[in-house]
Amino acid sequence: MTSGDITTLTPAVVIIGAGPSGLSAARELAPRINGEVLVLDRESTAGGIPRHSDHPGYGIRDMRRFMSGPAYARRLVRQAEAAGATILTNATVTNWAGDRAIEATTPRGRIRVEAQAVILATGARERPRPARLIPGDRAHGVYTTGHLQNLVHLQHGKVGKRAVIVGAELVSWSAALTLREAGCRTVLMTTEYPRPDSYSLFSVPGRILFRTRVATRTRVTKVIGRPELRAVEIEDIDTGRRRVVECDTLVLTGDWIPDHELVRAAGIAMDPGTNGPLVDNALRTDRPGVFAVGNLLHPVDTADIAAIDGAHVVRSVIAWVEERRTPAEQVRLVADAPFRWVAPEIFRPKDPAPARRRLLLWSDRYIPFPRIVLRQEGKVVVRKRLWWPAAPGRVFRIPTSILSAVRPDAGPVHIGVEP
Amino acid sequence: MNTTFDVAVIGAGIVGSAIARKLAGYELSVALLDARDDVGDGTSKANTAILHTGFDAKPGTLESRLVREGYHLLSEYATRTGIPVEHTGALLVAWTAEELDALPGLRRKAEQNGYGRTEIVGPEEVYRQLPHLGEGVLGGLTVPDESIICTWTTNLALAADAVGRGVTLLLNRAVTSVEDLGDHTVLRASGGEVKARWVVNAAGLGADVIDRLFGHDRFTVTPRRGELLVYDKLARPMVNKIVLPVPSSRGKGVLISPTVYGNVLLGPTAEDLVDRTDTGTSEKGLEFLLGKGEKLMPDLLREEVTATYAGLRAASDHPDYLIEADAGQRYVLVGGIRSTGLTAGIAIAEHVAELARGAGLVLVPRENLPEPPRMPNLGEAFTRPYQDAARIAADPAYGHVVCFCERVTAGEIRDTFRSPIPPATLEGLRRRTRAMNGRCQGFFCGAEVKKLLESRGESACGQSHAPQEARR
Repeated sequence: MTSGDITTLTPAVVIIGAGPSGLSAARELAPRINGEVLVLDRESTAGGIPRHSDHPGYGIRDMRRFMSGPAYARRLVRQAEAAGATILTNATVTNWAGDRAIEATTPRGRIRVEAQAVILATGARERPRPARLIPGDRAHGVYTTGHLQNLVHLQHGKVGKRAVIVGAELVSWSAALTLREAGCRTVLMTTEYPRPDSYSLFSVPGRILFRTRVATRTRVTKVIGRPELRAVEIEDIDTGRRRVVECDTLVLTGDWIPDHELVRAAGIAMDPGTNGPLVDNALRTDRPGVFAVGNLLHPVDTADIAAIDGAHVVRSVIAWVEERRTPAEQVRLVADAPFRWVAPEIFRPKDPAPARRRLLLWSDRYIPFPRIVLRQEGKVVVRKRLWWPAAPGRVFRIPTSILSAVRPDAGPVHIGVEP
Repeated sequence: MNTTFDVAVIGAGIVGSAIARKLAGYELSVALLDARDDVGDGTSKANTAILHTGFDAKPGTLESRLVREGYHLLSEYATRTGIPVEHTGALLVAWTAEELDALPGLRRKAEQNGYGRTEIVGPEEVYRQLPHLGEGVLGGLTVPDESIICTWTTNLALAADAVGRGVTLLLNRAVTSVEDLGDHTVLRASGGEVKARWVVNAAGLGADVIDRLFGHDRFTVTPRRGELLVYDKLARPMVNKIVLPVPSSRGKGVLISPTVYGNVLLGPTAEDLVDRTDTGTSEKGLEFLLGKGEKLMPDLLREEVTATYAGLRAASDHPDYLIEADAGQRYVLVGGIRSTGLTAGIAIAEHVAELARGAGLVLVPRENLPEPPRMPNLGEAFTRPYQDAARIAADPAYGHVVCFCERVTAGEIRDTFRSPIPPATLEGLRRRTRAMNGRCQGFFCGAEVKKLLESRGESACGQSHAPQEARR
């Protein structure tokens, strides 16, 4: 429902989300396309999630640098603006207004944006406590990493003294760093998996550095304390034994879900594995002229990988604006257990290879050197041993060269592992 | 406090607030006390938020009459104050032969309760109206006037209206003892005593305890915990009606209901407790709801859960509302008000005023009563500030969205701190604006909302324009 007058803008391309993927797309598109590139972001500062993560580790793959999250975010913003893109912050997209048109609310008024192409770059967020169905009291002091980092890095707020972190992935250690900066000790990390999920590079020194114990095969079964958190109940999944761990802060990390509301509102086809839109290797969705990039597609990979998607989509966006053509030949990729999802989900052999010539997958099991198997119509098409591990809690990458033997006319390609 | 009020109402939930508002319409000085730091922070905040026709009440009871009257009174009050209401209608769904056989009886009962618009329908019609229901529906009973309402706004409107009419709102006053001094009663409470000639006990979960302080032993409140799951707004198109179970001897059962905020509720459980403050959720309760949901509407369970909560109903051993006036003590008990109290509140207040008059409280109508407040709209079915171009043009703070999931603006948050009953806590702010109640539960806005709470709504409103102006 809308009342009153609204302003209409007509850029060539509108990008929704000014995080690493959206800003990289803007930087690459603006000099190459005839017309304006407009980036909308609902936050008051552009840059996305890296702004909240005040520690180094950003920009490695896309900028060949090693910098802090906020520095990386600022650099992306500068680059996009220098390339000629317009960034509008405090602009919340509230609805579609046509196939490639949206409506947004800004402090300067309601706007309608009608573009020739739309790039969705809305990213992902961590599932909060209710979505994880953790029972118990409604205590204060329960956060997701995003909430925690916002509180500590952007608002300089206070947290407690003793924290339990749910998760032992990369983002979990990022949460531990943030807690330490806020003067809060992490007394325990819990993970349902049989081993910590992040690179051993982080988890071994991490444990020593933070004096933190990682309890594997455990889960939080109860939140205790009201109004303030006093403790959590932890269950050993194998024995069923439960114990109470005193803490005043609980951080729920990982368990990502894409911010896919606009995708669903548009009726764009989705992948139940990623919970994001189905895309092909050119990052097209099934709505002509609507593209998707970044962690909306692979929840969640590192910021630099999201940024590389942004650069990758440019060629297909320009092709759409100039030619409005999609290659017909395609084959569906399907993740089989232990893989939860694969991105992109559609392979078009006539299109350029996916970004960095990699398929991205999420594994629910740790496998040291997985032997990847591709099946089509029940028959094995490819078998290939990879010399790096698949681990829960971080993206597993497969070179797209593995797809060269795939037959485009032969039905879905199932991607699994062999013992 | 040296003032002696004409009436002190204990409990600022929906019922107590409605009573205080009603009595303040007469030439009376009225105090409204609550043990908590906000109005509506007990039973009133956590229910299924249904505006009942009263079709399934026990015919002939006080509850039946007051719910029926309350339905019309609250509907009319909602129109005047802007409390969001959606007339979705309800469908009672029969899943077993036994439940199907019960439908004609329920229809007769509805008629005895003065509600004649129900209709028995076959399974095709049920699935036509609710295509996502699970397999095995045998039939249903339509209740076209059951509606959904915002319980938070109802409570706030009544309390703000009461304050507008001159009621003194006293928060953080838990009454611990009562002394009758013949012409007035002294209520000793945390935070100071309150003196009043008349006392109305609308203390909800604590009403039996207060009643005992007055020397009675009429009833016992058993806190009955109801746990609920709130599903994502993306599930709302599946559920455009309230889906009611056929009541059995074990209670009303689990329903699926749309909410005025655009979500879908699944619940409640029913579990009798001892602890009157235990509003935690339980493993057993959540599992039970998921089991029920899987049968009722399996598609709903594929959606994300936005919130889980538990409310405590003031169940009692008395089968009806227990509303009695004691002329000698100048005291009125308003006890045993179960979940229908949301609907019945205003009618209960009318009834209490008449009872008190009969017991000797002199009621002289006041002239020039102020208009009831216009409440900010929290409902999805009506224009919200972020959608209102004219309003944003007049005040850019309504264009500054702070909570992205619920689309709450800095202007709305600021306004609550300038309202007659400003929020004292984050929970209070959430109930007034919906901020942080959405799918991310604060991932994006939690820190900013906290800052806004600390600055009483001012921090974002000034700041929101700076980047815009810098761009010009």
